[in-house]
Amino acid sequence: MTSLAKLLEAALFASARPIPTEELATLDKEASPAALLAALDEMREHYDIEGHGVELVEIGGGWQILTRAEYTEAIERAQLAARPQRLSAAALETLAIIAYRQPIGRVEIEEIRGVNVGSVLKSLHERGLIDVTGRGEGLGRPLLYGTTPLFLEHFALRHLEELPRGDELAIALRQRESEVTPTEGA
Amino acid sequence: MTAPAAAAAPMTNGDGSHSFMVELSAFSGPLDLLLTLIRDEQVDIYDIPIARVAEQFLLRIRTLELNEAADYLEMAARLLRIKAQMLLPRGDEALWEDPRAELVRRLLEYQQMREVVDVLERRGEERRNQFSRTFLPFQAEPPQAPLAMSLSELLAAVDRVLRTVRQPALHEVVPRSVDVLGAMALIRSVLALRAQILWTELVERGAEPWQVLSTLLGLLEMAKAGELRVVQPRPFANVEISRDIAGQAA
Repeated sequence: MTSLAKLLEAALFASARPIPTEELATLDKEASPAALLAALDEMREHYDIEGHGVELVEIGGGWQILTRAEYTEAIERAQLAARPQRLSAAALETLAIIAYRQPIGRVEIEEIRGVNVGSVLKSLHERGLIDVTGRGEGLGRPLLYGTTPLFLEHFALRHLEELPRGDELAIALRQRESEVTPTEGA
Repeated sequence: MTAPAAAAAPMTNGDGSHSFMVELSAFSGPLDLLLTLIRDEQVDIYDIPIARVAEQFLLRIRTLELNEAADYLEMAARLLRIKAQMLLPRGDEALWEDPRAELVRRLLEYQQMREVVDVLERRGEERRNQFSRTFLPFQAEPPQAPLAMSLSELLAAVDRVLRTVRQPALHEVVPRSVDVLGAMALIRSVLALRAQILWTELVERGAEPWQVLSTLLGLLEMAKAGELRVVQPRPFANVEISRDIAGQAA
């Protein structure tokens, strides 16, 4: 590997969270954006072709080194690392709504899900998957929620636009289509 | 995700603070139940036979013992109202508004959201099967970037902070130095009269912290010098102080 690729590898190894490309760029001020991407490509190929137990993935608006899925069972059996708990159906439904409609208030989520979501919102907030992004107009200036970068990481998404667009879903809602497309940015 | 109705595996909600979790019954809400019924009955979502579906809905929430869940009752009431509205004479066919329209819209919206849930579930499962480098238990905050601000900005910030402070709470601190020598003199004079004394006798009730501290330090100082013996027979028992240094051999 080139020295730039090695430098990036070291930085990614040292970090527990994905590192955005712009932050990787600060490691070597000389390197052009193209050189940076080439080095990342080189690292990914190196892992894939040479056959490594880890791989380089683009996730959550950045880059991260992750173990390959085929070794998960063995690692977990040896109790070296544990997979996080799966989210409940209620949590997933609430997240899906927030991801598409953010910023969105509790009442609107409850309208779509047809149930009270107070405690689900609380636990999603505690897990860092959603955050309060502002306050809405109207009575009591309700809190508005949006997804966090951790949400993208949790669902192996590079960015929100990677979610299927409203019109790509099997049932397109004719009259409300425009509202269901993912919002820009995380 | 839609497991059979009697699924035993409880889906936790993270905090479990809810006294009644509808989640436990494998339906995540009245719309979920309604969609399942529509699928089971194999009817057209745009032309729901409302009487039949309402009947089924009531039946299911009874057998699932969900009848205390307000969300389900609200939907049951809604279904019954639509059923009643459907029975009314339609009059002018062109002006007739389908009372089921709002429900259909919500069902479609809900179903669309469920498709997204499927995507999230699949992607989440993929990511769950890969480990990242783990978080360190003590995460050191990365050093802050050097402060870059002009003098006027700094002064404005100071001004802002000062304006939020109303009355500075000033306390007058009276210096009371710990008087170890005084305490030692006192202990000595007491021990000159009595062979043994208890800690609670040395430090009177309502003594100020500095007095307690002085006595304690004086006592330790004298014990170290071998002037007296400090014994506590049991944990938390009263401390006995005696001048009988001969017994130290015991």
